[in-house]
Amino acid sequence: MTPDLLEEGTKRREAYLARQASALTVGESGGQAASFGRVVSSTGEVDTAHGGILYVDDITVSFDGFRALNKLTLNIAVGELRCIIGPNGAGKTTMMDVITGKTKPDSGRAFFGSNIDLLRLRESEIAGRGIGRKFQKPTVFEQLSVFENLELALKMDRRVRASLMHKLTSADSDRIAEMLKLIHLKDSGSRTAGDLSHGQKQWLEIGMLLMQDPKLLLLDEPVAGMTDEETERTAELFLSLEGTHSLVVVEHDMKFIGELVNGGQREKKKIVTVLHEGSVLAEGALADVQANERVVEVYLGR
Amino acid sequence: MLRHLLNSVLVAAVSAASFVSGSAIALTSDTAKRIAVGENDDRIKALSDALTNPDEALARLIDALLDDSAKVAGDAVLLVNNGKAIHAATGAATTLPATAEDVVNNNRMRNELEGAKAALGLFSESLTKRNNAIVQLKDSADEGKLPLIDRALAKETDAGLKAKLEQLRAAMLVASSDKQKRLDAVAALASSSQPSVRSLLQERLNAGGETDPDVRAALSTAVKAIEGRLVWGERLGVIFSGLSLGSILFLVALGLAITYGLMGVINMAHGELMMIGAYATYLVQNAFRQHLPNAFDFYIIAAIPMSFFAAALVGAALERTVIRWLYGRPLETLLATWGISLVLIQTMRTFFGAQNVPVENPSWLSGGVQVMSNLILPYNRIAILFFSFFVLATVWLLISKTRLGLFVRGVTQNRSMAACMGVNTAKIDTYAFALGAGIAGLAGCALSQVGNVGPDLGQGYIVDSFMVVVLGGVGQLAGTVYAGLGLGVLNKLLEGWTGAVLAKIIVLAFIVIFIQRRPQGIFALKGRSAEA
Amino acid sequence: MNTSIMSSTVNQSTATLLGTRARMALAAVIAILVLVIPIFNLVVPADSVFHLSDYAVSLLGKIMCYAICALAMDLIWGYTGILSLGHGLFFALGGYAMGMYLMRQIGREGVYKSDLPDFMVFLDWKEVPWHWLGSQSFVVQMFLVVAVPGVLAFVFGYFAFRSRIKGVYFSIITQALTYASMLLFFRNETGFGGNNGFTDFKRLLGIPTATSSMRVTLCVLTGLILVVFYVMSKAIIASKYGRVLQAIRDAESRVLFTGYNTLWYKLSIWTLSAMMCGVAGALYVPQVGIINPGEMSPAASIEIAIWTAVGGRATLIGPIVGAFFVNGAKSWFTVTFPEYWLYFLGAMFIAVTLFLPQGIVGLVRKLSAKYANPTKRGAP
Repeated sequence: MTPDLLEEGTKRREAYLARQASALTVGESGGQAASFGRVVSSTGEVDTAHGGILYVDDITVSFDGFRALNKLTLNIAVGELRCIIGPNGAGKTTMMDVITGKTKPDSGRAFFGSNIDLLRLRESEIAGRGIGRKFQKPTVFEQLSVFENLELALKMDRRVRASLMHKLTSADSDRIAEMLKLIHLKDSGSRTAGDLSHGQKQWLEIGMLLMQDPKLLLLDEPVAGMTDEETERTAELFLSLEGTHSLVVVEHDMKFIGELVNGGQREKKKIVTVLHEGSVLAEGALADVQANERVVEVYLGR
Repeated sequence: MLRHLLNSVLVAAVSAASFVSGSAIALTSDTAKRIAVGENDDRIKALSDALTNPDEALARLIDALLDDSAKVAGDAVLLVNNGKAIHAATGAATTLPATAEDVVNNNRMRNELEGAKAALGLFSESLTKRNNAIVQLKDSADEGKLPLIDRALAKETDAGLKAKLEQLRAAMLVASSDKQKRLDAVAALASSSQPSVRSLLQERLNAGGETDPDVRAALSTAVKAIEGRLVWGERLGVIFSGLSLGSILFLVALGLAITYGLMGVINMAHGELMMIGAYATYLVQNAFRQHLPNAFDFYIIAAIPMSFFAAALVGAALERTVIRWLYGRPLETLLATWGISLVLIQTMRTFFGAQNVPVENPSWLSGGVQVMSNLILPYNRIAILFFSFFVLATVWLLISKTRLGLFVRGVTQNRSMAACMGVNTAKIDTYAFALGAGIAGLAGCALSQVGNVGPDLGQGYIVDSFMVVVLGGVGQLAGTVYAGLGLGVLNKLLEGWTGAVLAKIIVLAFIVIFIQRRPQGIFALKGRSAEA
Repeated sequence: MNTSIMSSTVNQSTATLLGTRARMALAAVIAILVLVIPIFNLVVPADSVFHLSDYAVSLLGKIMCYAICALAMDLIWGYTGILSLGHGLFFALGGYAMGMYLMRQIGREGVYKSDLPDFMVFLDWKEVPWHWLGSQSFVVQMFLVVAVPGVLAFVFGYFAFRSRIKGVYFSIITQALTYASMLLFFRNETGFGGNNGFTDFKRLLGIPTATSSMRVTLCVLTGLILVVFYVMSKAIIASKYGRVLQAIRDAESRVLFTGYNTLWYKLSIWTLSAMMCGVAGALYVPQVGIINPGEMSPAASIEIAIWTAVGGRATLIGPIVGAFFVNGAKSWFTVTFPEYWLYFLGAMFIAVTLFLPQGIVGLVRKLSAKYANPTKRGAP
């Protein structure tokens, strides 16, 4: 390791410690400390040996002078279910754009695990490394059948030649059948996806995400347009994924957030992050966040 | 030797007696044959020999060769007209033998023939024809035509033409075989400020031209002197024609900036709306000519609103019947509007015929202001330049300062919100599209003053104008202006360097590459990318 | 297990490419091509009502060339959602590659009796320019028929798709590309005969082109290549690759975030589509006997799109039906009511986009579903 790299690592660690001291709570979010000074490699599997799956550090994105993200820092631990709330324009979707490679930030860094530099990869590569994203508006392949939608999301070689030669194995079919059951579309496999209801499309998209077998799921308003019953089932689904997957849920629906935070088997308190004007306004247990004066001012008490 | 002697005798004879009498027996059938058949080099030699001694028969032969009605049968060259043949040399009627073969002329031979035809024009009765001949000969000046010029000089009475002939003569003399003659010619030419003289002298300096050091030095000085006089005129000329093209492009694109830029409608029939504006101008012109001949010079004042409303009306009808149903489906809009353009073109052909119709400039728009020896700014182009800025200012005011503009902006930015605020969005769509179409009509009116008016008028501009909008960035009036003017000037600058077609290709390639780098245009608004 | 859905869906994706009925239909088409056309043109006497005229044979051959273009357009537009206004260019490039070979086959029988093509003699050129060096060889030129459109499409597509140019932007820059090429080919200096292009062909592979048997051979060959392309397209669309293409059309960002690098999918189908057009152009030129830059006009490219749209996008039979319908109508109109042809064509553009988004095939399917099952709404 070269001396200047060591020096850079020290500098960053100091900056990090300073920030940590001023943060509200850090909880069990992946500690970044251990990864400083490691050589970055952008190939191979994600390295989560240090307990963190996503490190977003000091990200700034501006559009024509307007700062959509302002030195945003966010860490997600392996297996964590993190809820992110914030008023419109707080930068939630832009944050997801940065993590999934759609928008390149002006400054800052974003790592998947401790070894994958997200800012150097394209969308498809990031998805291939194990980050799945659900859009705000349900986005499925409207003119293909539900079955085909899931088939395309199936984890396999994504290259052109492989797709041309691909034959569906019975193990694959079984997986798809299981997924259809899980997302409550058991009898709709041959239906055209465009004919599904809004809530069913949301589920199909979640199902497609799960077919990719991602390590980290980014879910942008996953229950928008769902009935109460569907919302409840979705919360159950997410809670069942907690632990085996890391989830980041952006949501407006406080009832749903409540279900996510209070449900599940884990005894530790889950962290809720409040975004405002492109940076973290508050972070901590739901009750603490809800009691935070500034949060009440900008968001909850509007 | 004998031929040489004969030639000089004949030259003397013709110089003495004006050849218009035509009785001379200058063109023998042998000469005619040597002009018509053989290797190109020999034919050209024969032609220039014959030119030293022109007569009507030669003029007749050249005309026939140029329109491919000359045939060769055996030793005789025959000219065929309406199935009747005459001998090239004598003009005597004869029958056309079945064995007669066509005379084939390639490009080089054709150029020579054109030059020869021009040379004969020097002796025309008409002043303009003589002038044209001089202009044409300038491009193909060589020593071989010298005797011809001398004779023309001797006969010329008009002072202006005489001066031009002198210069032409000097141009031929720079290539003379006598050094002193060359030096004199260079000195005479150095006082010129014509671009063609400069290129002529420049050519002599190139490899294969002048070899004598003294003459070369004189040539260099002369070229520099002329260049100094020309350079500013040229630069300004390029910039002006660039601005002129740019102003037309941006007038064309301004309408698109509204329909495509603001409304997002890909209107492939935009060019045809221009065509409607141009035809409206034509109709107004005809009406004035017929009913108000005294006020003919002011028809254009009436044509401007007419072309606007004609195109706007058609635009509104299109929006109501077709385009309205295709909002949000750009590719379908593209196809449907292409279909509309076909129908409009064919409609014009049905009513006005497939030929171009004549649109005359009012007298105060024809001609131009002579700024420098090689720089004339035509009035019509100056007027269009101002007109386009006037239209731009009006549109800008309309969009940014009026209630209609506010509604248009509101509807295009957030349709449902505008609808909630009680704006009749359907009506606003129609108005906005009609406005864009009307501006296209104005562009057509402007175009009618500088170009041809025909059913295909719009086709040539559609690619260019879309390029301007795409380059300027969607939804941007300012971007459209910069892109239009910029592309115009760039096009003209390149044209001087590579020629018109290559310039256009380079500009298109440049835009294609540019869009790759900045898909949103020069003045793109960055924004949070919504999904899909 | 969930046998009910599994059986239907798995069968659908693992079934053989063509069902029994489709195979029969295909066999019938091939039989018509190989047997009926030659016999009715060459064997049946000219005064018989069953005689197929030379005009009909060359019209059929010409339209089948167009059908190949429409099929290629369908792969890129109907299935992948990318509207190309540059397919006329690829068609013309294939045609020019073939035309160069045909020009050299004229030999010394041109007007100037020279080894060089006439237009070169006219321009006073003394030898063939560099890009004509391989033109004596049939093999080289046939390679260029697919290679030139393919390479151009690949390079252009690589940069366009990499910069995420899509939708109308892509259509417009392909149009600009086509337009620029047309201007280039209009120039004499480019070395492709300028305005006049190539014509007056005499021989193909040493055999005279202006004979009935040559005409029939070319027509049958075109038909067989159309069948091969059709089956190939069917295989492509039935594969998972084909479903990725349709997914790109429906929601490209979803495909990206599912981990597919859409660049290579779009680029591969775009290049293939361009090469198919090149082949169509090469078959077209000896049958119509001329190629000039007019084939590169923006209008020619946009017409290919309308054949596809009229027949029915995103069905494979649709573009072929569309090419036959529109061009059949064109040859009827231009003979009977020449001045109304553009009205008809224009009206077709408008009517198809407004009223028949699924084209003729979609209409037929809707109607047959309606009559077969009057109680149910037309299922897709």
